[in-house]
Amino acid sequence: MTQPDTQDPILAEITGPTPGQMLRKRVVGHQGLMIGVVVLVILTLIAIFAPLLAPHDPYAQSLMTRMEPPVFLGGDWEHPLGTDHLGRDYLSRLIYGARVSLMIGVIAALISGVIGTAMGVAAGYFGGRVDMVVTFLINVRLAMPVVLVALAVVAILGGSLQVVIVVLGLLLWDRFAVVMRASTLQVRGREYVAAARAIGASTPRVILSEIMPNIANNLIVVVTLEMAHAILLEAALSFLGLGVQPPTPSWGLMVSEGKNMMLFEPWMVLIPGAVLFILVLAINLMGDGLRDVTAPENRS
Amino acid sequence: METPLLSVRNLTLDIPVGGGILHAVRGIDFDLMRGETLCIVGESGSGKSLTSLALMGLLGKTIRRSADRMDFDGTDILTAKPRAMRALRGDRMAMIFQEPMTSLNPAYTIGDQLTEALLLHKSVGREAARDRAVELLEKVGITAARSRLGQYPHQLSGGLRQRVMIAMALMCEPELIIADEPTTALDVTIQAQILRLLYDLGREMNMAMILITHDLGVVARVADKVAVMYAGELVETGPATDVFNTPSHPYTRGLLRCIPQPGKTERGSTLGTIPGIVPSLIGDVQGCAFRTRCPFAQAECKADIPRREEGTHMFRCIHPDGKRHAEEEVTA
Amino acid sequence: MLVFILKRLGLAVLVAFTVSFISFSLLFMAGDPAAALAGETASGEDIEAVRKLYGFDRPMLVQYGDWLISALQFNFGESYYFRLPVSSLIVDRLGVTMTLGVCGISFALLTAVPLGVAAAIRPNSIIDRAALFLSVAGQAMPSFWFGLILIVIFAIQLGWLPPSGASTPAHFIMPTIVLGYYAMPAIMRLTRAGMLDVLSSDYIRTARAKGAPEGRVLFRHALRNAIIPVVSLAAVQMGFMLGGSIVVESIFALHGAGFLAWESIARNDLPTVQALILVFSMFYIVFTFLADVLNAWLDPRMRSS
Repeated sequence: MTQPDTQDPILAEITGPTPGQMLRKRVVGHQGLMIGVVVLVILTLIAIFAPLLAPHDPYAQSLMTRMEPPVFLGGDWEHPLGTDHLGRDYLSRLIYGARVSLMIGVIAALISGVIGTAMGVAAGYFGGRVDMVVTFLINVRLAMPVVLVALAVVAILGGSLQVVIVVLGLLLWDRFAVVMRASTLQVRGREYVAAARAIGASTPRVILSEIMPNIANNLIVVVTLEMAHAILLEAALSFLGLGVQPPTPSWGLMVSEGKNMMLFEPWMVLIPGAVLFILVLAINLMGDGLRDVTAPENRS
Repeated sequence: METPLLSVRNLTLDIPVGGGILHAVRGIDFDLMRGETLCIVGESGSGKSLTSLALMGLLGKTIRRSADRMDFDGTDILTAKPRAMRALRGDRMAMIFQEPMTSLNPAYTIGDQLTEALLLHKSVGREAARDRAVELLEKVGITAARSRLGQYPHQLSGGLRQRVMIAMALMCEPELIIADEPTTALDVTIQAQILRLLYDLGREMNMAMILITHDLGVVARVADKVAVMYAGELVETGPATDVFNTPSHPYTRGLLRCIPQPGKTERGSTLGTIPGIVPSLIGDVQGCAFRTRCPFAQAECKADIPRREEGTHMFRCIHPDGKRHAEEEVTA
Repeated sequence: MLVFILKRLGLAVLVAFTVSFISFSLLFMAGDPAAALAGETASGEDIEAVRKLYGFDRPMLVQYGDWLISALQFNFGESYYFRLPVSSLIVDRLGVTMTLGVCGISFALLTAVPLGVAAAIRPNSIIDRAALFLSVAGQAMPSFWFGLILIVIFAIQLGWLPPSGASTPAHFIMPTIVLGYYAMPAIMRLTRAGMLDVLSSDYIRTARAKGAPEGRVLFRHALRNAIIPVVSLAAVQMGFMLGGSIVVESIFALHGAGFLAWESIARNDLPTVQALILVFSMFYIVFTFLADVLNAWLDPRMRSS
C-alpha cells in the first residue's frame, strides 16, 4: 500500500488535518488557554506535593519569629515569604492553602455540576412540566443572595471545610442548569437524536450517548467558571470569618488575618490575595480559551 | 455633448484575505446619464454588489478601492472627504438593498426612519417631513399611509417593507438611485410589482438608476444600458438593444441561452447552462477569467484581453466578429 | 404586552413565596431554635419556656403562616441581639446599601458600556484587547482583596480617601468601585457582543446609506438595539450586588444592610437574618421584574404583541 501523496493539493484537501489535529492546533495556538493550563497545572502539582514542597509545618507557631518580612522586604531565606502574626511560615501556609482552594473548587463544582446538569438536561430533554418546574427552581435559586445564604447556613451548621464545600456545591448549580438546559434544547432537535429514538433507543441511552457527548464542551466551560466562582466565594466567606475556620490555611482567611496588620505589613494581605487572583485568573483563562476553541463556528 | 451624471473609469477593488489578495473587482468602466437606467448583470460573487457599495462609499474598511476616475456630477467620489460623501448619500444618491426584512431598524417607527434622511439633508420641519413621507408611501402604493408612520417594521410584510425602503430612498428626490437586487427576497408576484413601481418612479422623477439583478427578463424590459460582469470584470457593456441583439462575449451569449425567449426557444428543447465554476480571484489574475468555461477558449486567452469597441458597445473577447457568429450557429 | 406583564408578575409572586419559605426554614436547619435562643447555659426548663414564648412548639407550617402574614405587613419580629423590631433595623440600614447599589451599578454601566462600544467599533484594536484583559482580570479579582488594596493605596499611602465609614460622599468612592467592578466584565462583554452583532446588520448599512453621521449611526441606530439585553443584565447584576454588599460593607465599615447581615449572622440573630435574606431576594425579584417589563417596552416587537 502506498502512502497518499500529500504534495497533491487535491489529495491534501481531502485527507487534510483531522478534527482532532485541528483542535490540537487551535488549543496550542490559543495563548490565554495555554497560559491558564500551565499555571493551573503548576498550582495543582504544588497542592498535591505540598508536604514535599513546604519548607515548614504550616501549623507550627513560633512566638520568637512573628511577622518576619519576606526576603524582598529584607527578611531571610529561612522564611522566604515571611511569617504571620503567630510566627507560622507564610510560604508553607500558601502552599497548603492551594489544597484548600483547589479542593473547594473541584468538589463544589462537581456537586453543583451533577445537580445542575441533571436538572438542566431533564428540563431541556423532557420539556413541558419538567421544564416549568426546573425553570421555576432556577428563578428561586437566582433570587436568593448567594453570599448571604451561604454565610447563614455555614454559620448555623458550624464552619468547616466540609460544610463550606457542601453548601457551595448545593448553591452554585444555577449556571449549570441554565446552560445545560439551553444546550440540550439545541441538541434535542438534531437528526441524530431523532434517529436514535427512531431505532428504539431508551431515554437514558439517548441522553447518555447522544445528548451528553454533544453538550460536553459547554459543560466543561461551566465547570471551570463555577470552580472559579466557588474558590472566590470560599475565600470571601473565610475572609468574613464565617467560612473555613482557623488554623486551616485558607487564602481568604490569610487575607483576613493580615488585614489587621495591613497598616504596617501590607504584604500580608497582598501575597495571599495575589495568589488567589492568579489561580482564579488561570481557571478563567482556561475556561474562556476552551469556549473559544470548542465554539461551533471554529469547526469549519 | 451632455456630461454624464456618473462616470467611472478603471474601478478596482482588492480585499486582503488569509491567502493573499482577492481581486474582487477589476477595471470597471461606465458612464451614466441623467434619467438613464443601467442594469448590471452577473452571477453571485461577480462583484456587482461590491461595485454598488463602492459608488456609495459604503465599503468595509478592509476593502481597498482604487480607480482612475469616479465622478458624480462634478464631485470626485475617490477623494471626497467622509463628510462630503455623507452629504451626497441619502440626498443626491440613494440605495435600495436586497433584504427588506433586515434593512429597517427594528427599534424605530416607519415614520422616524422615512423622515430621517430628509431631516438630515434638508432644512424642513418634522411635520413637513411627515407629509412628504405620507406622499411617498402613497406613491409606492401603500394604503392608509398616515397610520403606517407609527408602525414598526415587524408589523409589515416583506413586500410592504421593500416599498417603504423605496419610499425612503426617494425622500430627497435623489438624482441617482442604486437598487441592489431589490426583489430577490420577495415573492415572485410581488417582484414584478416592485420592479414596475421602481421603473415608473424613476421615469417620473427623471432619476438615473443602477439596477443590479441577475434576471435578464427584467433587464430586457427596463434597461437603457447593460453591463455584464463576470468574476469581477466587465465583460460586455453597451446599449441594451445592442447587447441583446448582438451579444458579443461568449458569457453574455451563455447567459441569454439560459432564459427562454418567446418565439425563439422551442417547446421541449433544453435551456442552456454554462458548465464549470467561477475561478478563484486570489493572487494574480491574468487573461480572460471566463476561459476555463468558454467553449472557444484558445492559448491566446491567457494573455491580456484587449477591449473591443463598436460605438458604445464594448466587450472583452479576442474572437473576430465573423467567426463569432459562425461558431454560435454550430454550438446553438 | 399586558398578558406578558401579568404572567411575569405571577411568576415573581410565586418565586417570592418560595423564597420566603426557604428563608423561614433556615431557622429550623439549626436544630432546636429555642435552645439556640436560650443560650448555651440555659437549663431544660428555660428552653421549654423560650419554646412556649416564641411559639416554637407549634407545627412548622403554622409558624410559617404566622411569620408570612406578619412579614407581608413588614413585621419580622424582634431581633434577638438588638432587642429592636427587625423591620426598623433594616429600614435604618437600607439607605446606605441602596445608595451603594445605585452608585455601584451606575459606575459599572458608565464604564462598561462605553468600553464595550469602543471595543466593538474597532475589534482587535488596542482598546478591544485592553477591555478584554480588564474583563478577564476583573472576573478573577477577589472583591475583598481589591477593596483592601484600594484602602492601602488611596487611604493609607496617598491619604486621598477615607478608609471607612459613610458620612460623606467621598466615603462611597472606594466601595462604589469595589462593588461596581464586579458587574463590569459581564456588562462589557454583552455590550461588545451586542454592538458587534448590530453593527454588521443590514439596517446599519441603511442608516449609513441615508448619510447619517457616524455618531448617529453608532448611538441612535446601533446602541439603541444593542442595549436591550444589557438592561436585563444590569438588573440581575444590581440584584447580585445588593447581595454582595455584605463583603464591601464589612471591608469599608459601611453600616448598611449588608453589614447588618454580617453582624446578625455572626451573632446567630436568626429573625434578622431571615428577614434580610427575604428583603434582598425581594429586591432581586422586583429588579428583574421591572427589567423584563422595561425590556418588553424597549423592544417594539414585544411592546405591540
